[in-house]
Amino acid sequence: MSPGFLNSPIIEGVTILLLGAGTTVILSCFVIVLGIIVAIPLCLMRLSKRRWLRSSAGAYVSFFRGVPLLVQLLVIYYFLPVLGLDLPPFVAAVIGLGLCTGAYQAENLRGGFLIIPLGQEEAGRAFGYTGAQIHRYILIPQALRAAFPALMNEAILILKASSLVSVVGVADLTRASQNIVARDLHPLGWYAAAALIYLVINLGLAMFGRAAERRLGAGFATVSP
Amino acid sequence: MSFDLSLFRTYGPQLIHGLELTVVIWILGSALGILLGFVLGLALSAGRRALTIPIRCYIEFFRGTPLLVQLFIAYYGGPAVGIALNAFTVGVLGLALYGAAYFAEIFRAGFSSIPPGQIDAARSFGIRRWARVRHILLPQILVLAVPPITNMLIILLKDTAILSIVTVPELTFEVTGMTIETFSFVEPFFILALVYWGLTEFTSYCGRMAELRLGSYLAH
Repeated sequence: MSPGFLNSPIIEGVTILLLGAGTTVILSCFVIVLGIIVAIPLCLMRLSKRRWLRSSAGAYVSFFRGVPLLVQLLVIYYFLPVLGLDLPPFVAAVIGLGLCTGAYQAENLRGGFLIIPLGQEEAGRAFGYTGAQIHRYILIPQALRAAFPALMNEAILILKASSLVSVVGVADLTRASQNIVARDLHPLGWYAAAALIYLVINLGLAMFGRAAERRLGAGFATVSP
Repeated sequence: MSFDLSLFRTYGPQLIHGLELTVVIWILGSALGILLGFVLGLALSAGRRALTIPIRCYIEFFRGTPLLVQLFIAYYGGPAVGIALNAFTVGVLGLALYGAAYFAEIFRAGFSSIPPGQIDAARSFGIRRWARVRHILLPQILVLAVPPITNMLIILLKDTAILSIVTVPELTFEVTGMTIETFSFVEPFFILALVYWGLTEFTSYCGRMAELRLGSYLAH
């Protein structure tokens, strides 16, 4: 390959775009994991017998689902330094998106817990399992499996929502396309290319989700609706 | 931290104008989105391939890409193909086209939930097509569709904040401008969050009321 070819603005632009897409995907993965970590205790609080636990978790879920993600990101981005935390934009963005998606995932997970028959918990207790063991070995694995389709849906939403982190200075796919446009002034082409990459990743995610669902469901006796 | 409420006195008119614009864009965008979504949903449920394939592509594109990137394409890319719209128009149309993709799915699910026998019965009674939609399909579909429609209205309300990035002077845009001029960031954004929270909670309350009213004929 001639150096001239490598220096062509299109090749360079596509490289920047793909690097941005990599950042978007890695960021989304971190966000999903953080979301699950936030969601499990949050969901257990929502289902708790203690009223103050229920209502505080309810307020958390209502707030993070009721406020625009962009505004949440701005609050967190400017609030972390007040706490004395000088975090890089990538970490701040993961925290912001993770706290938000945690609220949604907690609700999905709650749906997963609610479909587990009460008898299973009672049976666990009759066998002498402690409360923690019942959750660890009986309830949480089933709830996670039941909430899996909703989780895949959430992953697609996170991937799209992650475009907002470009505002707080993360060089994700959207920011990369903006940077290229600022240089070579072809907004339509580059933004359409970015959209196409998002679309391909999301269609891939949706396909993976359907395949994984079939596998996860393999050991389950299901009743067709 | 330098912050006092006198800021809101200085910036009050600007902020109120921003709030008005947020609400206007939200209502216009949602109304257009519901109309287009209804038409698309009806077309999808008709099940003609010539219609469903392009509509499916439309839905996949608008649901599979971020609203922000769609807005960039329309606002910054539009002039390249001779479509130069102002920020407000891009905001309303962007929200409407984005929402329509989701509303179409909601209405399609609604239409497909009606047993075909009802349509056959209506046809055999000689009820015209539009009257069938108006008096037989719609009342039943609305009951089913109100919760997801409310949900989508809340999503669109929150997504109006994204329009600030393409310079639509709505509430988030005005507050951002204020924070840059005053160097006070945390409190204004936090109060902004509370305002949106209030709006979304109010919307979901209205949705629950609508659900009760529309579903009242189902009560025994």
